[in-house]
Amino acid sequence: MTSLQQALTRGEFAVTAEVAPPKGTDTAEMMENAEFLRGKVHAVNVTDQQSSVMRLGSLASCRLLKESGFEPVFQLATRDRNRIALQSDLLSSYALGIENVLCLTGDHVTLGDHPQAKSVFDLDSVSLLMAAKGLTAGTDMAGESLEGVPTFHLGAVVTPGYEPMELQLLKMERKIEAGAQFFQTQAVYDPELFGRFMEAAKALGVPVMLGFVLLKSVGMARYMNKNVAGVNVPDSIIDEMKKTDDKVATSIKIAARIIRQTREMCQGIHLMTMGWECHVPAILQEAGINI
Amino acid sequence: MIITKAKPFPEILQSLERDKVIFLVGCSECATVCKTGGEEEVKAMRDHLEDEGKVVSGWVILDPGCNLLEARKEFRKTKEEIAQADSLVVMSCGGGAQIAQEVSGKVVHPTNNTLFLGTVKRFGQFQEYCSMCGECILDLTGGLCPVTRCPKGLLNGPCGGAKDEKCEVNPDNDCVWIEIYDRLKEIGRLKEFVASSVQVHDYSVNTNPSTLVLERDEARSDNR
Ligand code: SF4
Ligand code: SF4
Repeated sequence: MTSLQQALTRGEFAVTAEVAPPKGTDTAEMMENAEFLRGKVHAVNVTDQQSSVMRLGSLASCRLLKESGFEPVFQLATRDRNRIALQSDLLSSYALGIENVLCLTGDHVTLGDHPQAKSVFDLDSVSLLMAAKGLTAGTDMAGESLEGVPTFHLGAVVTPGYEPMELQLLKMERKIEAGAQFFQTQAVYDPELFGRFMEAAKALGVPVMLGFVLLKSVGMARYMNKNVAGVNVPDSIIDEMKKTDDKVATSIKIAARIIRQTREMCQGIHLMTMGWECHVPAILQEAGINI
Repeated sequence: MIITKAKPFPEILQSLERDKVIFLVGCSECATVCKTGGEEEVKAMRDHLEDEGKVVSGWVILDPGCNLLEARKEFRKTKEEIAQADSLVVMSCGGGAQIAQEVSGKVVHPTNNTLFLGTVKRFGQFQEYCSMCGECILDLTGGLCPVTRCPKGLLNGPCGGAKDEKCEVNPDNDCVWIEIYDRLKEIGRLKEFVASSVQVHDYSVNTNPSTLVLERDEARSDNR
């Protein structure tokens, strides 16, 4: 059992944060950023060609982190690989000692830096979860038996701010039936909305970790409001960021406050730091979270 | 119907660099509706080519351009003109262009890019509703196709990316999964979708190139 899984099953408040592999082979910065998370989080998510931008692989980065003593969460998107490659990567992941896998569909290629590429989408997040669960039962999607069977702790994502919320909950339910054991959410800044979502999601009985993107600036908040679906940074928070002379301190304060406000509603926090991994310790301290 | 779009004329002209005498082939069906290969466009092409110093030995509009038997019949009638030509310029879909080559044995040059299987929304406005996946699931999805109308072809529900019910990939389009959800609710079939097994497409049903041969009886009843 992974330590993230252990924390979630024991009902401890689980903490994850995210690092992004480099565009290129220089992993120094990624590893330095991860250092800030040491001892502060249960696991570190590694993004898979996030926003369809070509980068160093998530699996290789997960292994590097593992060798440095971190517990990784391998993010695996169906956009770039067919079911043969996806299942193969799942087996590889287990063989490399990585058992937390976050199953995603991924953004469309036209939104990234290689818009000319062929989108694969042979599977989607739901069928990927089903395939991964199948592997843990000893068979692949073709029904062939495996020599050596992996175990996984399978995660998925959900967008609490999605309209209509019921549709998002239906998808969440399908993900759980297919194999999802935990959820990390799209960024939420509105505890009241998150509370409403969790009221409905609670019945599904699977741990949910609130997703939170650190606000680096007013511009970033506005950008997300305009462009990122299901994300709404309330005006009051934008005002707070606008008025401050110390953006970092205010950003930390906002994050810590939202964690405190939502802590009782959910089972953990997933911090999407966008290079601000160095501020994770301060946020957790201010939120009173100790793992 | 098969939706085609004309290539820019300079590109067509360049493909004809080595040829002097041209025979034109149009299509009375899809390419006519798309204004890429009907009589009007074929005649305009003839004039353009002649302006550029080419000799057009003749032209024919096949009914339709992708039918081998029709091409055989019409090409027999225009045998002489085709024989004189260095190449055929085919103003139909990619299927028609290849049929023209197969029947005439001549070099063919396509004038169109073939885009998709389209519905006709109104005159000159086409939209892709079906991408011929070979395993129709419309019954499960309230008569709206996620394979085609969701850019990710998601079969098990929406991504998290729709904003104001618009698709994250192209905000000009409504998110088809929200439309499916609304429709299933409306016709009282949401529960069946939720209870349905995880959908995975079987791509072995559409390995290129596909063929279909009707059984004798089927073919006969079809011809009746
Ligand atoms: S599911 Fe969609 S793509 Fe497949 S046959 Fe039906 S309409 Fe066409
Ligand atoms: S927004 Fe809707 S239509 Fe667009 S990719 Fe997502 S699910 Fe598909």
